[in-house]
Amino acid sequence: MIAVLPVQAQTQESSAGDETVDVKGIIFSHLKDSYHWHIITIGDKEVSLHLPVMLYSKVSGWHFFMSDKLEGTGCYEGFRITGEGAHAGKLVEVLPDGTELKPLDLSLTKVALAVMINSLLLCLIVMLTARWYRHRDPTDPAPGGFVGLMEYVVAMIVDDVIKPSVGKEYKRYAPLLLTIFFFILLSNIMGLIPIFPAGANVTGNIAVTLFLALITFFTVNVFGNREYWKEILWPDVPVFLKAPIPLLPFIEIVGIFTKPFALTVRLFANITAGHAIILSLTCVIFITARMGPVIGAPMTVLSVFFMVFMNMLELLVAYIQAYVFTMLSAVFIGLSRPEHHAPENANANTKANANANANAKANVINNTLTT
Amino acid sequence: MDLLIPEVGTLIWMLIAAGIVFFILVKWGFPMITGMVDKRNEYIDKSLIAARKANERLEGIQNECDALLKETRAEQARILKEATDRRDEIIADAELRAKESGERIISDAREQIRLEKEEALRSLRRQVAEISVEVAEKVVRKQLSSDEEQLSMIDRMIDDIKTGK
Repeated sequence: MIAVLPVQAQTQESSAGDETVDVKGIIFSHLKDSYHWHIITIGDKEVSLHLPVMLYSKVSGWHFFMSDKLEGTGCYEGFRITGEGAHAGKLVEVLPDGTELKPLDLSLTKVALAVMINSLLLCLIVMLTARWYRHRDPTDPAPGGFVGLMEYVVAMIVDDVIKPSVGKEYKRYAPLLLTIFFFILLSNIMGLIPIFPAGANVTGNIAVTLFLALITFFTVNVFGNREYWKEILWPDVPVFLKAPIPLLPFIEIVGIFTKPFALTVRLFANITAGHAIILSLTCVIFITARMGPVIGAPMTVLSVFFMVFMNMLELLVAYIQAYVFTMLSAVFIGLSRPEHHAPENANANTKANANANANAKANVINNTLTT
Repeated sequence: MDLLIPEVGTLIWMLIAAGIVFFILVKWGFPMITGMVDKRNEYIDKSLIAARKANERLEGIQNECDALLKETRAEQARILKEATDRRDEIIADAELRAKESGERIISDAREQIRLEKEEALRSLRRQVAEISVEVAEKVVRKQLSSDEEQLSMIDRMIDDIKTGK
């Protein structure tokens, strides 16, 4: 990300001449998805990976072409990349009467490709780790090296996050939660590495975080037991709170949807904010460089210092966000499988504990956000 | 604002790529790792229990050994004491017997001596009687011509005997 940025900034500079640096444009061009993957600019020559564009329009049917056709004008086959509105930066179809229509966009975009690369990498890492165990006995000595590291992280997540949050049935959900954790962690770290196969803003894309939250949503609501649904539809509260007007059930039903929404936005916002800060600090160099060497030189040093600091922080955030997402998912799953009401108080306690846990975590996140 | 709208295309690609990977990892990847970790933990627990049991057994054996050693020592002491007692007893017994036997020999010897003395006395008496008879014979054989002479003779002889005695 950082290595690419100066180049982008230079491009901006050369094209804009003496105009000011377009900080907003630089930042958003990185944060947003794009139809091609810009790798590096050597001199005037931009090296980018062109990706296939697939569109389905109700008016003109299917369209397939490579994204290099869009270079320059940003228009091809009656489609063009809009500059503003709700679909800014996306391809829309320009109808003969001049109105714009959003087609079904199935293009393999930068984020989609990065998701594939990350998935493949994750699959490779985990399956190679799993392969180590295939021909070994539990009586063999514990693994060292990378497998040992993986085992350590897996055991830590299972013991510290999944087991206390999910409860008795944690073994059933552990593989899914571990997969979510490692996917987010890997994507976060890949987002911080600026060189080609990495560098895409995957977990800062709301579709990606929404997908991850939806996994939790379906796991919670599909495998939620009778007790869970009873607590939503007919909770243990005075009758007037649920009888003529279902006040509490209504709140609980809204709660079903706010949980994945919170997961979606939390991860997206944290990663986006982190990337935006690092990019802004990088832009400080190019803004102050215009003010002459007296201001530019010390500001550059300061900016690099802050960037190193922010990258360290983002590395921490990458881990914390993966941890928090997994923990909250585990808590939601734990809440969806409450034990039968026989030990009334114990149950209330576990719920209270889980809520307290979630609140504590939310505080951590807020703190991280404010930082 | 457009940053906050999830793109359907991205969601679909995510569903395909991440979906497959999630399926693989949930089905084969992580259960392998967590299963192995669980099994190893179980094995470690078992080993710890086994080690403790072995330790306990070892301790038991040690105690047993100590007890056995103690018992053996006691036995040894007892046997030694018995042997000493027996020795003393035998010596005492032997002494007693020797004494008894010595006394008996002495008394036998005394008896013998007494008998022999008696025998000697008896034979002496016999000889004396024989001599007396011989003397009497001689006296008788001499001519006992007169009574006077006879009487004087007898007196003389008695005197002789008396003096001879």
